[in-house]
Amino acid sequence: MTKEVQDAYRAGVPIFIGYFPAAVAFGILSKGCGISLLESFCFSALVFAGASQFIALNLLMTGMGPGGIILTTLLVNFRHFLMSACLSAKMAKTKKRNIFLVAFGVTDEVFSVLSFKPGPLSSKFVIILESAAYSAWVGGTVAGYVLGGFLPEILTKSMGVALYALLLAILLPEIKQSLKALVLAVASGALNILLIKLDLLPHGWNIIACIFAVALAGSFFIPGEAKEEAYE
Amino acid sequence: MNKLIPLILGMAAVTYGPRLIPFLLMTGRQLPPRLDAFLKCIPAAAIGALIIPGVFSATPAMPLAAASGMVFTLAFGLWRGGIIIPVLGSVGVTYLILFFAG
Repeated sequence: MTKEVQDAYRAGVPIFIGYFPAAVAFGILSKGCGISLLESFCFSALVFAGASQFIALNLLMTGMGPGGIILTTLLVNFRHFLMSACLSAKMAKTKKRNIFLVAFGVTDEVFSVLSFKPGPLSSKFVIILESAAYSAWVGGTVAGYVLGGFLPEILTKSMGVALYALLLAILLPEIKQSLKALVLAVASGALNILLIKLDLLPHGWNIIACIFAVALAGSFFIPGEAKEEAYE
Repeated sequence: MNKLIPLILGMAAVTYGPRLIPFLLMTGRQLPPRLDAFLKCIPAAAIGALIIPGVFSATPAMPLAAASGMVFTLAFGLWRGGIIIPVLGSVGVTYLILFFAG
């Protein structure tokens, strides 16, 4: 085993440990939403995007149709466009056939690890790290779905808070870095309460309106901090 | 009974597309600053609208239970950070409150 492969496995361990329980929660929640094991497996195996999968379950429960859920997924996951743009610059020498596999595994956490690694990235290192994340995510989903039924009912009910806690835990490091994330999140939540009270939009579409309106307002009114953020 | 498969394939396509396209283009060009700023605002805006006010119906019989779990996530996340303990801890706190007060 070369040093590079050892480094890749070492970097993959915290990612594996971080992903597995979140995936177990997804498996349990997806079962609670009444979807099949195959569907739950396909969510994690084909979409492979943590927050947006929890969001999709959430939206399914609100009764939103597939068009709205896919549009929300696009909005939520479009940030990976920037992450991939950044990573592709660090992987200029990668063979064309490898980029299709590398691109599939660009998640927030994998990106964070890769973007802080100095120097150019080899596709071998990236694919090992992404495989650690992927196996934890898919394995945890199936484990949660299959074994979740053996857990006590109050615990399963308590799992309902897990997706919100996960979203908050993902957001908190951003809030610590700048007030901007806090202002955006609170403004968006407040607008969502207002839109739900007004009851003007079809069910579930309030969230899309909030994301568009608040992100657009944010891009005009909040000074850019692009150079300070970790996209180097 | 796998009626969600078309939805999942659609979600997979709109997730994979934005991840792949920059690798295919491989250009060193900068995004227009306005678009860049808009995209950077999306995650926080999305998370805000998803948590508020939905979290108050996570434990419908007792919204205080879920809210207490979130307070743990907030406090521990700000203090030590991480994902595992804030998430598992929020479930634990919610469980304890539902168990003893529910």
